[in-house]
Amino acid sequence: MSKQRTLSSITKKVIMSLAGLFLIIFLLVHLGINLFLMPLTENHQEIFELLAGFMATNPVIKVMEVFLFGGFIIHIIYGLIVQFQNWSSRGSIAYKSGSKTKTTISSQYMIHTGVLVFLFLAMHMYQFYFMKLGLNTTPFVDAHGHPEFYNVAVDLFSTQPVYSVIYIIAFIFLGFHLNHAFQSAFQTLGWEHPKYTPCIKTVGLIYAIVVPLGFIIIPLYFMIMH
Amino acid sequence: MDLTLKIWRQENAQAKGGFKNYEVKGVSKDSSFLEMLDVLNESLVDKIESPVCFDHDCREGICGMCSLYINGRPHGPDDAVTTCQLHMRKFSDGDTITIEPWRAKPFPVIKDLVVDRSAFDEIIQAGGYTSASTGGVPDANATLISKYASDLAMDAASCIGCGACVAACKNASAMLFVSAKVSQFALLPQGKVEKERRVQKMVAKMDELGFGNCTNTYACEMECPKEISVSNIARMNREFLGAKILSGEKV
Repeated sequence: MSKQRTLSSITKKVIMSLAGLFLIIFLLVHLGINLFLMPLTENHQEIFELLAGFMATNPVIKVMEVFLFGGFIIHIIYGLIVQFQNWSSRGSIAYKSGSKTKTTISSQYMIHTGVLVFLFLAMHMYQFYFMKLGLNTTPFVDAHGHPEFYNVAVDLFSTQPVYSVIYIIAFIFLGFHLNHAFQSAFQTLGWEHPKYTPCIKTVGLIYAIVVPLGFIIIPLYFMIMH
Repeated sequence: MDLTLKIWRQENAQAKGGFKNYEVKGVSKDSSFLEMLDVLNESLVDKIESPVCFDHDCREGICGMCSLYINGRPHGPDDAVTTCQLHMRKFSDGDTITIEPWRAKPFPVIKDLVVDRSAFDEIIQAGGYTSASTGGVPDANATLISKYASDLAMDAASCIGCGACVAACKNASAMLFVSAKVSQFALLPQGKVEKERRVQKMVAKMDELGFGNCTNTYACEMECPKEISVSNIARMNREFLGAKILSGEKV
């Protein structure tokens, strides 16, 4: 009867990695839309609004949104559970001579970069998602009273440099988080291979640089243009 | 060589420990780290002081008894050697060397630099038995094993269970140790019979004993004196997931 009901350490990590990989895919979609904030094409504003409208109304996307929130919540909650267990396992006395083992900076500070990205995410949710729900107001609304996210975003980036700087810093932290997260997820899922693991690590590094950089370019563009 | 040693002294498991400084003079560059500590202990005994307790046995790098967290690294500054195989030529005259016990909740300090690593024995015990045929002596080559699998199993089996992986890990995770022990059996036909049971039992015991979760920093692999690869951890994860999903056996 006393059989433990808690998940094993490996199961917890597998759940975290699956949720993380889902978030990694989501991030690509988000970047794809955000890039149209910049004048990539003649009708970039129309494309952005079309895509944003699609994401806001399409029933399939609506269902995916539930999974997305679930993914975030599971990743964050298990991340915290695992971290608290790990701190407890390490014990109360720290090494006086510290650690001279040459592990990557990304892997050492996952909880720190994770928490900072979460703080940014909370701010981001307040500014955009709450607007959609009508819990936060904006002067940029269309004829039906729906918020115009294109104008909201462009206004934020153009007139509020503090926000842009926070945005840029958050994505630098996210880059560090992703650099470890990407390859770590595959290792946790048990996919380790002499030929493919180096590829995964390279792809992870490229992803961790290119995707945050893609997001960072947008506020930089508006800061420079104004 | 003349050295200053900052050594963790702790009377027993309950006592509050602390660092104590010792000077050792005239240490040979060719002596091993443990021989250097022998020199210190000789001098302490001469002064009717309590010698520094540390674990050791074979002193040829195969028993896994010696430990010591030296200047921020398990088994000291050299790569792929145990403390007993670490030579004093890796240090310089006048150095201050900080020596600490393994730090992890499942490895409580017994005295000074000696920690209780019986948690590892408990994990091994949890793994259980391997079924073997009885009767006449089988032909040596009756069971076919590929060279590739036997090499991987042999690499995994070279784990000496010293606990450097746990000491190095920021999470005090025992995943490298457990995965090496799981792999050495899972890779071979003789160990395949109970492999689903074994991996689930050993992981459950590892969690129960309070070792941390693996976050893939790979500090364990970098500090392992036997260079056990983290590919064993991926293999254990595969074995564990496979067993959880596919095997209905209650363990």
